[in-house]
Amino acid sequence: MLATAIIVFREVLEAALIIGIVLAATQGLARRANWVSAGIVAGVAGAGLVAWFADTISAALAGIGQEVFNAGIMLFAVVMLGWHNVWMKRHGREMAQHMRDLGQAVKLGSRSMTMLAVVIGLAVLREGSEVVLFLYGVAVAQPDSPGLMLSGGLLGLLSGAIVGLLMYRGLLRISSRHLFAVTTWMITLLASGMAAQAAGFLMQADLLPPLVQSMWDTSGIVAQNSVFGRVLQTLIGYVDHPSGIQVLFYAVTLISIVLLMRLYGSMSSSHKVQPIRAMET
Amino acid sequence: MRVLTRPQRVQIVNFKSSVAALALLLGMAQPLHAENLPVFNLTIKDGRYSPETVEIPADRKIKLVIKNEGPGPEEFESSDLNREKVIKAGKSAEVTIGPLKPGTYKFIGEFHPKTAQGRIVAK
Repeated sequence: MLATAIIVFREVLEAALIIGIVLAATQGLARRANWVSAGIVAGVAGAGLVAWFADTISAALAGIGQEVFNAGIMLFAVVMLGWHNVWMKRHGREMAQHMRDLGQAVKLGSRSMTMLAVVIGLAVLREGSEVVLFLYGVAVAQPDSPGLMLSGGLLGLLSGAIVGLLMYRGLLRISSRHLFAVTTWMITLLASGMAAQAAGFLMQADLLPPLVQSMWDTSGIVAQNSVFGRVLQTLIGYVDHPSGIQVLFYAVTLISIVLLMRLYGSMSSSHKVQPIRAMET
Repeated sequence: MRVLTRPQRVQIVNFKSSVAALALLLGMAQPLHAENLPVFNLTIKDGRYSPETVEIPADRKIKLVIKNEGPGPEEFESSDLNREKVIKAGKSAEVTIGPLKPGTYKFIGEFHPKTAQGRIVAK
């Protein structure tokens, strides 16, 4: 039972951390609980479908369907996360001003929440499909103890959820003045790490060259497959011996999001200020 | 017709371009080097790999064909090699590896981490 719990916990961890960060990042947005729940429910349903069609996905594109599928999901999530950051930068102030006008807040909040709900859904789908396949495997191998398997699975799920909750609670301790800046950075790093993971999948499929097989090796300090290594992988994109292409994807994503935030994030406020100045002169 | 505000229009354009980029990526999904790579076979059965040690030539790309004889799905995983792949029972999967420097690279079956352990030795 414990072995089952540990494996499920490791798989659930990434999605749980992402949900914790998204909850903290959307603090104050209207109806976020609905969006987050919708993301989780859609993700679980999707996980079942992906597990069911695992063969079809694997066999697609001459045997590299699984890699392309995973990379595609992750890159899509990267776009959504980057977009959310830029959008929040652009409309954050506007939203704070209109917060009292509930209707306006709901309208504005729902746009940003849609993107994050999609990110949650994709994270749950990806990790969840592996949980479904694993539990199915346990059920096939030990058909006489479904109760043990189920309780192990639930224990793993619960432990994962607790870590997500701790992440959320921990972030909320940050004063509200800095919370937005902190979650913006966390989402930027999360997105960069996902881009690096996507590059890893495309490299495995032989669609991208590794450039450099191993840029550095810190597996002696924090091993990738340890629980701490997994947490770091989700939070900052830690890879204990990344290839050149992974580092490149990470850097390009990080720089792009920061630049886009600088470029588009300040545009709306300058648009608002200029006409007023023009009238004054 | 609903008139879109500027940010809405920007969003739709962004969305379209991201979908286009994804479609392009999927369309390009053809292996870079589909030519004949040396093939090495690996079988997983009852939560154990056989052989548990696979010797491959160093400094060249190879193809690992992993057959899962069940019962149940397995995930080939190696943090040494940066690889992970889910394989359903009764199916085979291919994973491209290398070129590797000489050395030992461990892999496990994520769904049976205690028993499913093996290593690739690049010489």
